[in-house]
Amino acid sequence: MAQAQASKFKNPLVNWIDSRLPIFTMLDHEYNHYPMPRNVNYLWAFGAIAGIMLVIMIATGLFLAMQYSSHTSLAFDSVERIMRDVNYGWLLRYVHANGASMFFIAVYIHMFRGLYYGSYKAPREILWILGVIIFLVMMGTAFMGYVLPWGQMSFWGATVITNLFSAFPIVGDPIVTLLWGGFSVDNPTLNRFFALHFLLPFVLLGLVILHTAALHVCGSNNPLGIDAKGPQDTVPFNPYVTLKDGFAVVMFLIVFAFFVFFMPNYLGHPDNYIPANPLVTPAHIVPEWYFLPFYAILRAIPDKLGGVIAMFGSIALLMALPWLDTSKVRSCKFRPIYRQFFWILAIDGLVLGYAGAMPAEGAWLLIARVGTFYYFFHFLVLLPVLGKLERPLPLPNSISEAVLKGAHAKSMEKA
Amino acid sequence: MAQTTHPPGTGGHAASGDGSNRRDFLYLATGAVGVVGAASAAWPFISSMNPAADTLALASIDVDLAPVAEGQAITVTWRGKPVFVRHRNAKEIEQAKTVNLGDLRDPVADEARVKKPEWLIVVGICTHLGCVPLGQKVTDPRGDFEGWFCPCHGSHYDTAGRIRKGPAPANLVVPTYAFTSDTKIRLG
Repeated sequence: MAQAQASKFKNPLVNWIDSRLPIFTMLDHEYNHYPMPRNVNYLWAFGAIAGIMLVIMIATGLFLAMQYSSHTSLAFDSVERIMRDVNYGWLLRYVHANGASMFFIAVYIHMFRGLYYGSYKAPREILWILGVIIFLVMMGTAFMGYVLPWGQMSFWGATVITNLFSAFPIVGDPIVTLLWGGFSVDNPTLNRFFALHFLLPFVLLGLVILHTAALHVCGSNNPLGIDAKGPQDTVPFNPYVTLKDGFAVVMFLIVFAFFVFFMPNYLGHPDNYIPANPLVTPAHIVPEWYFLPFYAILRAIPDKLGGVIAMFGSIALLMALPWLDTSKVRSCKFRPIYRQFFWILAIDGLVLGYAGAMPAEGAWLLIARVGTFYYFFHFLVLLPVLGKLERPLPLPNSISEAVLKGAHAKSMEKA
Repeated sequence: MAQTTHPPGTGGHAASGDGSNRRDFLYLATGAVGVVGAASAAWPFISSMNPAADTLALASIDVDLAPVAEGQAITVTWRGKPVFVRHRNAKEIEQAKTVNLGDLRDPVADEARVKKPEWLIVVGICTHLGCVPLGQKVTDPRGDFEGWFCPCHGSHYDTAGRIRKGPAPANLVVPTYAFTSDTKIRLG
């Protein structure tokens, strides 16, 4: 029998809508009463920060798209017009360009937080895998966005990255021609990159909704990595986490604003203010900073196909992480040996990033090779073996016991 | 309710006798037709991304070689790519011919890469990741083998455009071309 669901909101209009489409019940459940572990620290705010960045990117991107021309003869000039003639065009573009970097900063911190506190372990495997897919789609979106201003780095970055696919035997060249829509990176390429760059953020939005839905099934992890056992271990999302996340977002936006207003081109490359020229390759092609560790892995392998496989493999590997890590203990806090290797991995990422920005020769090539070796060694050898050998520290009985220390927690549990 | 919407002999009885086989076959056949239909529907979309007729129409150009003196090189654009035309001198031809093929990563004799020994014509795109190698100007770095040097990832090419050192897997590509007269070529 068709019957409206029973809703309990005071406002009759809200109630009328909710009894037919229970979105208010859903929001109330997921963002008001949703129980968060009471001990989460500020690292847990970076998911919300990344979400805000996605919204900022979609908003600025939409208005930039109203002024941009995706034709090779117009693209570069239309971007300069946005910078010089369009009202607040400079602001929209600088927010969008620096926003990409800020989005990656937020996501990298979010990922390393997940790595440190074991947020990828059961039952959060699908949550983690969705996150890796979000990361991949983000990388594709960012790469195609960087091509749109049609400067030298745009053109040659697009050339180098699309040529990666030519490494695959037999299917490689037809794939590259299909990507280009011609015999080189040219107008058809720019047009389709613009179309895809517009589409993919909405795909990202859908993936983020799935990511959040998966999160809300098992709840957030926390610095202790143990499950919340009851109301004494949690606080309601609103107002505790909304305010805490809100404060973190404001702090993050201050850093973001500093880049936008005081050093808007610091994270970019000056060569991209030279219009694209298919006949002259810049002396030193570097991708945007957020791709540098992967670029270092690509160049560290002295074989074209091998380099491409290692680069894609370094990300695909993350999808298998929940099964590569054999330890049952989530948080590094209770894994004294793994904790040290975690920091080595973090430093390894920075070293690879630095090596990726340097010319691939001499000492830098050697450093990139050592860094690449450690990256794969960490995930493929250390993680599975350490889980078996390491003796973790004793876990606390509950979040409230560890946080409130003994007697006080007991009285809370009774209350 | 549910049973009356199914034809007799299926629905609730599907698990037994001939009905189950027939039903399985129908499922598989429907699925197979669906897959073929989806693939046929996807084909025009994917195909539209391949080079269009006007892009293909720009596929051949004529180049006059008469103004290029010995030792000089010119770059022409063909299909959006640079093509290197180098008027090799006797020493460069000699270097290209005397190489031991066993030392090459992608062994091809010099004779197989040129139509006339003094004219070397190759696509000026590094076979590693698609940069344009340096070496067209006399003042450019030409690498250890006096051909071309790719600054992106350090590939060295010799005077026949063959890969000698660095990460590139193959020689510079020789495009399809023909001499239409003694001093003219048609690319493509």
